[in-house]
Amino acid sequence: MLTQDIRNLFNETGEITRFTGRFFIEVFKPRLEFSELLRQCFFIGYKSLGLVAITAFIMGLVITIQSRPTLVEFGAESWLPKMVSVSLVREIAPVITALICAGKIGSGIGAELGSMKVTEQIDAMEVSGTNPYKYLVVTRVIATTIMIPLLAIFANAVSLYGAYLGANIQGVVSWDLFWTQVFETLEFSDVFPALIKTFFFGFIIGIIGCYKGFNSEKGTEGVGQSANSAVVIASLLVFIIDLLAVQITDVLGLT
Amino acid sequence: MGKKIEKVLTNSREIMISIQNLNITFGTNHVLRDFNLTLYKGENIVVLGKSGSGKSVLIKCIIGLLKADLGKIEVLGQSIPELNSSELDHIRMKTGFLFQSNALYDSMTVRDNLEFPLRRHGIKKSKAEVDFLVHEALSNVGLPNTENMMPAELSGGMKKRIALARTLILKPEIILYDEPTTGLDPITGKEISNLMIDVQKKYNTSSIIISHDIYCVKLVANRIVLLIDGKCYAEGTYDELKSSLDQKVKSFFE
Repeated sequence: MLTQDIRNLFNETGEITRFTGRFFIEVFKPRLEFSELLRQCFFIGYKSLGLVAITAFIMGLVITIQSRPTLVEFGAESWLPKMVSVSLVREIAPVITALICAGKIGSGIGAELGSMKVTEQIDAMEVSGTNPYKYLVVTRVIATTIMIPLLAIFANAVSLYGAYLGANIQGVVSWDLFWTQVFETLEFSDVFPALIKTFFFGFIIGIIGCYKGFNSEKGTEGVGQSANSAVVIASLLVFIIDLLAVQITDVLGLT
Repeated sequence: MGKKIEKVLTNSREIMISIQNLNITFGTNHVLRDFNLTLYKGENIVVLGKSGSGKSVLIKCIIGLLKADLGKIEVLGQSIPELNSSELDHIRMKTGFLFQSNALYDSMTVRDNLEFPLRRHGIKKSKAEVDFLVHEALSNVGLPNTENMMPAELSGGMKKRIALARTLILKPEIILYDEPTTGLDPITGKEISNLMIDVQKKYNTSSIIISHDIYCVKLVANRIVLLIDGKCYAEGTYDELKSSLDQKVKSFFE
């Protein structure tokens, strides 16, 4: 039983690698599906703005409120904007955005492509002169790779605004002082590596959602399983990428 | 003498699809074994067989959605396994495929569904020409005012008709029907069967129909091929097979 599970894990890893390899072949082939790409960017990016904004705002607010007592204890209350901004920009906003998007977008792609697979819509596309991988997978993966970094930047801004309000609930920090402290604290090495890893988060959310949907089986039950496992695997891989990213930035001396 | 003349006449008819010694295996399951089939112009062949006997696999191989392990498949004189993707697209423009689950794109209106194959095959047409083709295809399936409806708003029979209209918009020479009446009530099933006959007359199509609906078979088949154990077990007209004394053949017509 255990041997079978391990074999299945390796099989699936191999299949995902092959599926990802095909992306890099198909992405350079002609017929750029530009209108479908724009449509996906709209659905993935614009339609996630509200959810990302609410989550980021609450995270910024909560982190600030919870950090305050510890800093007060050390008499370092004035460091609150500095500490919170680094935590939010380097780690919390990108990772929370990626996890929220793994849930919303990853499951959406998995379920959409899964139901297209089981109702033969993908086959119908193929007989209608369309490469379904190019039309469905390449466009969605490019869209998530572009839109998730943009959403993460947006989440940074909103969470910092949440932090500003959080700092003013129990204390008083002027708008100018707060942002001066934030921008004085944040450096290239805080913002750039965090931004780079969001491209990988976006890519992995797109490719896992598409892989699971494209390989959906067993009717409607299979569609549910595809959506579910797309979220689980994408979320797990977000953390693994995060772990690798911190090691790499550490080695490069960007910490 | 009479039989000889008939055979010569048959040989002179244009062959649309020719399948020779087709073998398909999934794992240890040998789905088709040395299967042979020839579809002539203007003919409706029904492939009759039990569920899971490899009927759908057969027509998916014809259109190039699945690959055969061994054997020859020629559609309109072109060997399907040897074609590159653009040559295959060219054959697919002339070969319509009606999916069992209709395969209408849920996110598109009926009109967008019909336009999709036109746009994707790169057929350049003016808006007026596209309007005409959409209207013509919808009228020919008896649903002229459904252009702006979404697939979710349509009944099972309407979806089947729209799926057929999407196939007809490219004016195919061959249509492959995958269980066209499965899941429909008997009256709607009869309407779809009659529609298939109308389409054959209006568009001069040749068809391979996968079915186990015996009423549909009786109505549309010029010839029936019985697929049992991956092989062509028997072949003939409806009346010929119905009067067969073979127990396996008889079981399909009881």
